[in-house]
Amino acid sequence: MSTTAETLSSDAPSPEAQEAASETDARGRLLAADGTPLKLSLARALRRQKLRALALVAPLLFFVLVSFIFPIGGMLLRSVQNDIVPDTLPRTIAALEDWDPASDVLPGEPAFAALYTDLVVATERKTHTRLGSRLNYAAGGYSSMLRKSGRLVADFHLDWFEKKVSRDWDEPEVFTALFGEGEGPAAQALPKTAAAYAAWAEEMREQGEDPAKEEPWDLVYAALVEDLRAGGPALTGYSGPQAELIAETLAKIGEYDPPSYTDAFIKSDKDWGDPDNWAIIHQLSGRYTSSYFLAAADLERNTDGEIVDKPEEESIYIFLFERTLFLSLTITFSCLLLGYPIAWLLSNLPLRISNLLLILVLLPFWTSLLVRTSAWIVLLQQEGVINDLLVSVGILSDSGRLQMMFNQTGTIIAMTHILLPFMILPLYSVMKTIKPNYLRAAKSLGATDWTAFWRVYFPNTVPGIGAGAILVFILSIGYYITPELVGGTEGVFISNRIAYHISSSLNWGLAAALASLLLIVVLALYWVYDRIVGIDNVKLG
Amino acid sequence: MALPVYATTGQKIWYYAFRVICAAIFFFLIFPIITIIPLSFNAEDFFTFTPGMLAFESDAYSFKHYDDFFNNEDWQLALSNSLKIAPMATFLSVSLGTLAAIGLSQSHVPFRGAIMAILISPMIVPLIISATGMFFFYSQPFGFSDLSIQGTYWAIVLAHAVLGTPFVIITVTATLVGFDKSLTRAAANMGADPVTTFFRVQMPLIVPGVISGGLFAFITSFDEVVVVLFLGSAQQKTLPWQMFTGLREQISPTILAVATILVTVSVLLLLTVELLRRRSERLRGMSPG
Repeated sequence: MSTTAETLSSDAPSPEAQEAASETDARGRLLAADGTPLKLSLARALRRQKLRALALVAPLLFFVLVSFIFPIGGMLLRSVQNDIVPDTLPRTIAALEDWDPASDVLPGEPAFAALYTDLVVATERKTHTRLGSRLNYAAGGYSSMLRKSGRLVADFHLDWFEKKVSRDWDEPEVFTALFGEGEGPAAQALPKTAAAYAAWAEEMREQGEDPAKEEPWDLVYAALVEDLRAGGPALTGYSGPQAELIAETLAKIGEYDPPSYTDAFIKSDKDWGDPDNWAIIHQLSGRYTSSYFLAAADLERNTDGEIVDKPEEESIYIFLFERTLFLSLTITFSCLLLGYPIAWLLSNLPLRISNLLLILVLLPFWTSLLVRTSAWIVLLQQEGVINDLLVSVGILSDSGRLQMMFNQTGTIIAMTHILLPFMILPLYSVMKTIKPNYLRAAKSLGATDWTAFWRVYFPNTVPGIGAGAILVFILSIGYYITPELVGGTEGVFISNRIAYHISSSLNWGLAAALASLLLIVVLALYWVYDRIVGIDNVKLG
Repeated sequence: MALPVYATTGQKIWYYAFRVICAAIFFFLIFPIITIIPLSFNAEDFFTFTPGMLAFESDAYSFKHYDDFFNNEDWQLALSNSLKIAPMATFLSVSLGTLAAIGLSQSHVPFRGAIMAILISPMIVPLIISATGMFFFYSQPFGFSDLSIQGTYWAIVLAHAVLGTPFVIITVTATLVGFDKSLTRAAANMGADPVTTFFRVQMPLIVPGVISGGLFAFITSFDEVVVVLFLGSAQQKTLPWQMFTGLREQISPTILAVATILVTVSVLLLLTVELLRRRSERLRGMSPG
């Protein structure tokens, strides 16, 4: 553009003439009709055009980002998130920081004391069962350990107060009287207890309960033990509310000899005495974990933190991925085998006939997936149409009916039928563009029918084969409905396992990890497809 | 394509054998769909042809499965849900998708490839993954469980709208590919402003693409079951959901009646799309159709 402007300006005879024509300005730049330099005006127009295009795309882009890309990103994140353990056992994890899981010795009393505190809170918040199922994904037994310990910690210290001192200690009114008004004499005499009670009352209010009506959690009694043992003038000379009860308890505190937390936990469930169980908690203490991905690849960490293969009988995912790939490849190949002749026939018949036949291809394409799946169930089941036909013709005996459903055969047949149009349509659109002259030329040069096809026609259809095969493969690898209905146990895909973890086993982290792995495969194929075909060139119908 | 007169015996055999093979494949494509139609009129609760049906006795056929479909509350709830969800989802996909397709087919779009890849991705990502992601997201949008819309009408509508948009984009872009830019210039030249140009010149040409994109979006939503299974509650069950659970649990021949009705609907949709496609090609002078 600038060279043109320069040529023009050198040709221009005088400034007046330029002004008159109003084509260029004093610096020799071309001007637009409104007097701005043309280059500027064009750039502005281009920018406006770009902005207009973006403004048109923006609403949908925003919609897709928020309601599709963002949820999928969130799901990917969930496969590495591990909030349950650090959220439920913050003190225990802090206490385990210096412990060496490889040492094969139990963590010390502070860790058990921290576990006691964490579990009292978790039991109150009813999060200990969730923690149990989370830890169970790593190794069995935690659910029952946590359930038993939940019962243990509920009245660990309270038990003594209630049974050996006075039944009054489990009355909410006692505590309301002591600490109900905040900074009273009781709070000075029993500072730790007051703090523990305040924390508990706060927790109760958060849960929407009235602290004046509930028996406080065991941490309050633990603090009470400490306060009473510490003694001090404010306590011995205490004369506030419930003075009698306090004095009586203070007199007896010397007799109180609770077991250590370590012994108590191990007594409640001997598995707490196994350092391996602590090693798993230690492993899962981070906010992010690779454990779901390891599980999805049939791996696990042993107690020393090394990645090892899972025992044979628990390894199913690699096998399932392999089966998904194998079945998808088989389905893709059978689609190609059945689709190629049809596409060839369609592209070589006169348009009028081929358009009619194309409807036979498009009808299944437009028919509901569930309709087609139920049709195959009707056909394939043991009391179904095909078996009945074969029996009535006499090929099969009534007792020898074929098992064509609830196995891989069923999945392959039904899915080949469902995905066949996706193979035929791209093949057809490529074959339509191949000129019949090529084949004639090959034959007139002496090629046999087979050579002409294999050396001339077939190579020309490779882009169509690529497009159709990748499309069918991508669609089949993530299929869920049809395998679920006709696949039985042998013919299911990895998708069915993902659905199982979402809706039945509720191991969402593992479901997310499996889905992420599947997504990676699909996106890689999508990228290849984009290279070969271009997403713009996807045609429908 | 016709067999030349000089064809050898081998060629003749192959020619007819090939036609037989093709006929068999067409049979494979159509046969399952055709089979369920007579079975849906079965007077018995069987999934196979009774001897009476094969002998064409009139009392072996009946409308009882259709009666059941129209009088059963579960099926009627499912039907009405489907009819409530699909049009709304289609409306959203079509309006957003058409705008975006027009934007994308302008001559200068920054990041066109990336935008296109994102907009088409709902069609490519396996449904089970989309459904999983949406299940997590809609039960706790942006980490707030108070905002949960999981199990509501709108959760399903939004999810279906996203799944339908790629189809609208693809079909509308396809009609815009052959669009002759000089038409809009001519209109502008004659004094039409951009809005008039759009409605009087561009719109009539892309309408067939919009309608067939809309039909694709409709069938996507109408036929979709994975997302409904994950996001919906029993109140939102749709026809495919009802069919899916029916097939999995208590298999009842009413499903065949529903299937037959749906096949009829697909035939109508297919014919509409075909007619639209030909009209669009004729309008743009691309093929004699």
